[in-house]
Amino acid sequence: MRIHKFFGVFPFPTWQMDVDGVLGQQTYKDDDFEKAGADEKESFIEMKPSLSYWQDAWRRLKKNQVAMVSLFIIILMILFAFVGPLFYDYDYTTQFRGEENIDPNWRYPFGTDNHGRDLFVRTMFGARISLVIGIVASLIVLVIGSTYGAISGYFGGRVDDIMMRIVELIYSVPDILVVLLLSTALKPALTEWFNTSTSQLAKALSVLGPSLIAIFIAFGLLYWVGMARIIRGQVLMLKEQEYVTAAKALGASSSRVIRRHLLPNCIGQIIVTTCLQIPAAIFLESFLSFLGVGVSAPLTSLGSMSSDALGGMYTYPHRLIIPATLLSLLILSLNLFGDGLRDALDPRLKK
Amino acid sequence: MMKFIAKRVAQALIVIFLITCITFLLMNLVPGGPFLSEKSPSPQVLAALEAKYGLDKPVPVQLKNYIVHALQGDFGVSMKMQKNRPVGTIIMEMFPVSAKVGIIALVGAVLIGVPIGCIAAYYRGTWIDSALRVLTTIGVSIPGFVVATVLLILLGSTWKLLPTVGLTSWKSYIMPCFSLAFYPMCYIGRLARSSMLDVINQEYIRTAKAKGVPTFKIVFKHALRNAFIPVLTYLGPLTAGILTGGFVVETVFNIPGLGRYFVQSILNRDYPIIMGTTIFLASFIVTMTLVVDILYKAVDPRIDLAKGGSR
Repeated sequence: MRIHKFFGVFPFPTWQMDVDGVLGQQTYKDDDFEKAGADEKESFIEMKPSLSYWQDAWRRLKKNQVAMVSLFIIILMILFAFVGPLFYDYDYTTQFRGEENIDPNWRYPFGTDNHGRDLFVRTMFGARISLVIGIVASLIVLVIGSTYGAISGYFGGRVDDIMMRIVELIYSVPDILVVLLLSTALKPALTEWFNTSTSQLAKALSVLGPSLIAIFIAFGLLYWVGMARIIRGQVLMLKEQEYVTAAKALGASSSRVIRRHLLPNCIGQIIVTTCLQIPAAIFLESFLSFLGVGVSAPLTSLGSMSSDALGGMYTYPHRLIIPATLLSLLILSLNLFGDGLRDALDPRLKK
Repeated sequence: MMKFIAKRVAQALIVIFLITCITFLLMNLVPGGPFLSEKSPSPQVLAALEAKYGLDKPVPVQLKNYIVHALQGDFGVSMKMQKNRPVGTIIMEMFPVSAKVGIIALVGAVLIGVPIGCIAAYYRGTWIDSALRVLTTIGVSIPGFVVATVLLILLGSTWKLLPTVGLTSWKSYIMPCFSLAFYPMCYIGRLARSSMLDVINQEYIRTAKAKGVPTFKIVFKHALRNAFIPVLTYLGPLTAGILTGGFVVETVFNIPGLGRYFVQSILNRDYPIIMGTTIFLASFIVTMTLVVDILYKAVDPRIDLAKGGSR
């Protein structure tokens, strides 16, 4: 059909048509052809709405069922941790005298602990603290790691050599040992500072509690190196591109080139690395809390709830199994979602 | 090669030195001392105690003294937990217990993890691959203490299959070693699978296929040799993971090893033990990483280590 239309507008010499006739083939007449209407022309050119980077990534992510299920679980957990306590009667510190060590029932869905505190609401708060630790620690890693990596990659040469040597050193430090040590040593030191200092900073920080701050400091000192390496690699590649040269030629300062041109182009890598840092941070926090140097009373986290339940684990196994299961589920879905996000944002990395 | 080794040894020494300093300074940051949590002694007694342990001198002097003594193998004496016993002796007494459990877990993790990865790569795209991927992803998401406590509740208490406390018979090694090995096993499985998939696409594998070597033999003989290299590099971090994982596992299963002791010394603020153990474990881990890096070069001569490609 379309070929006919094409030949229809083609200025064929008439003698050629005669040849067709001699060979016994069909001879075309003018009314065999019909001009294509505007509709048909439009349907011929296949137009797809152009997708932005984010729409494209979201389209790929939506196809990934595992990632979507994980996202759903993560959203449920966030609702459970942040919205749940609003609709619940009890407070996580209230102790019901005479109702200690109750097994799960209608009034207390997860039972009560040995101080008579409702475990359902404590689990909500534990999940909240675990999530907050994961997110804040990842943001710390994000800020330090991307700044460090971008500077190191952008300036290159001697600066890069020295900065990467430092990263290599930190990389070979046995992290858990140092984190354990940091949170042990900083906790009493910070507590004393909070009690004696009257400055605004101390007051603001004391809301968080010393153990949380100790964990964050540990993250800020040790865990940004992975992020720094990734961003450095990206920046090394990106800085050779024309738009960077153009920006420099226009007189942009180094910090402007890094902030406005280089970092925004690493955004996919930054998001994925940050996202995968969240479960790692929650994992580490639970480890510390379980050993008794993490989050401490009256605050609680899923890790420290498990630790508290260790004493009566044969008599009240549900107290250990509930937070432990939630914790594992949370870390698992964050990991799976992070993997899915990586595939969606950077399909080249997919194996 | 020699240049590389020299560079790596220097780096390892710097790390150990830094950790020693950091540990020492952090321990000094702690307000109150190891003596304060007991019934507070009179000022005279306190001064005498501080003089005895050298705590009255300025911090840099203390640090210098500590390093000089540590170099001679003297890590001081325990202040609280086993009063006046040399820390070196305590470590040497506890470490073999941890090492025994750790080595079993390490060998187990490699011996099970690598075949898991190979099988997943061999059956890639089938349900076996998916099942193994689910298992290994779950494995790297569950904290060690969850594995340990769930095993303890199920196998130890509910079904009463295995002993729950201590290390009395071979049976009591099963649960601690498994809890310790589970995470690295799954991690190695993932690592082995992806490196196996990289190797399988290489030319020499195609040659082997063309020759008519059976697929099974290609995977487990020809490809495994090269696919094993990334697993080898993981052995350094793996040692660290197993030693630190021991903190949790030994606490849960009440194993009298260095891990549990370290945690107790932290909770009791026994400075010399904390410092001695940290420095000992850190040196051990750094040394293991160093050895693995050098081994890496020996196994695969294609790797150019002089360019700092240590990881």
